[in-house]
Amino acid sequence: MTSPVAELTSVEVDYPKRGRALGPFDLTLGAGQITALVGPSGCGKSTALRLLAGLEQPTHGTIRRAAGRGETSVVFQAPTLAPWLTARENVALPLELSGTPRKLAREKAGEALTRVGLGSAVDARPAQLSGGMAMRASLARALVTEPRLLLLDEPFAALDEITRRTLADDVLALWAQTRPAIVFVTHNVEEAAYMADRVVVITRGPGRIAGEVLVNAPLPRPEGFRATAVFREASEAVSQLLAKGAEAVA
Amino acid sequence: MSKVADALAPFALIALLLAVWEAAVRITGVPAYFLPAPSAVAVALATDTGSLIQAAWNTLSVALIALVIASLTAQLIALIVGLSPFLERAVRPLASTLQVTPVVAIAPLVLIWAGIDHPERAIVALAVLVAFFPIFSGAVTGLKAADPDLERLFDLYGASRIQRVLRLRLPSAVPFLLEGHKVGAGLAVIGAVVAEFGAGSGGVRGLAWRILDAGNKLQTARMIAALVVLGLMGVVLHALLDRLERVGLAWWRGR
Repeated sequence: MTSPVAELTSVEVDYPKRGRALGPFDLTLGAGQITALVGPSGCGKSTALRLLAGLEQPTHGTIRRAAGRGETSVVFQAPTLAPWLTARENVALPLELSGTPRKLAREKAGEALTRVGLGSAVDARPAQLSGGMAMRASLARALVTEPRLLLLDEPFAALDEITRRTLADDVLALWAQTRPAIVFVTHNVEEAAYMADRVVVITRGPGRIAGEVLVNAPLPRPEGFRATAVFREASEAVSQLLAKGAEAVA
Repeated sequence: MSKVADALAPFALIALLLAVWEAAVRITGVPAYFLPAPSAVAVALATDTGSLIQAAWNTLSVALIALVIASLTAQLIALIVGLSPFLERAVRPLASTLQVTPVVAIAPLVLIWAGIDHPERAIVALAVLVAFFPIFSGAVTGLKAADPDLERLFDLYGASRIQRVLRLRLPSAVPFLLEGHKVGAGLAVIGAVVAEFGAGSGGVRGLAWRILDAGNKLQTARMIAALVVLGLMGVVLHALLDRLERVGLAWWRGR
């Protein structure tokens, strides 16, 4: 394997009033690898994601990030689009902030929107988009910088089941084009087993690693993957780890 | 049918009250300097239309100039303060003190500073003082109202301070600024009228001056006529600002 994109080594995060939120925690992300972080609410998954994004520093331990400025993208739980900008302007924003000329940035934004299936809605405002469309625009904004590391923080949590499934396939198809390393946080076991090569299960807070499940199947997933034994066994293994992780502290 | 009735209801009430007033004045025969009949007020309105409109414009233009000055200074100070929590802590108490001090109480002082020859400057300054606070307060709140996740994105992409202000905080503040300006504009008119009273005769010959002047001469019908114009101006201005705010918000939100 090539050198890792990011590496957390025995990191711990303490918050002033909440106390320990995460750790000790170790995680190494290989280039192009898709990792799911699964755990109960409040286990520090989002904290881990913010550490990987460089948005937060650990109280103890070290972070090594190979992805530099502009090479990491984050998609949040909500689409987090600026309401006063069109979809295209929203997607162009990361490029413009890092100094890409406006015209080129808007062009690339248009292409990114087309890739996520929003080619006909480039001039729409976020208020005019449906929940799924807004999430796609948010995804386009994350991909427009061609990141080496893509972080997704429960990106589909607010969407209905059908939309989530379509989006999961779309994310994998988009991943196949540029193969960034992806880390996504979820508390949906099946979504984790479907989308990731590697599911890392975190215990109830303060989060530690309860275990890891590798999903040995091609990505993007072949049709009918949810009916295969590999998928079902992986889901089952993740569920068991989750249950064990919840017991460990309770 | 009921819609028409709803729309006409306030006018019907006004007509009824006027009729009662007219009848009462005629039956009791109170002197006109004490309470003139609505018909006398209407005559005063009709004969003075031109000068009343002129006076209304004088007051309104002072208020508008004040609004522009208040808007620029309030937003500028809010921007500077918004960049530094330390400065905000320093400025807040002063701004609040300014807000709770009645404009009539400051008027004599400002009149002295403006000088006897320039009461209009004092009136503008006083209107600025009252219009300042809602805009300032809206701007300070609005500049801090950006979506925290959008703030994180700006962190992630290494946005500069200026980019963050121009491309995130200011646009996020727009709804608050609209509201602040709406309230501020209304207060600027009130400020201008109150300041005109403070300035007394001369200076800006606005509606307040008309009321004072007619009052000194015991021309009560003319006083009421000026009041009517002042009320109408307020209603129109409020409706206009309300409409502007809604249009502005719709544009900002994109629907």
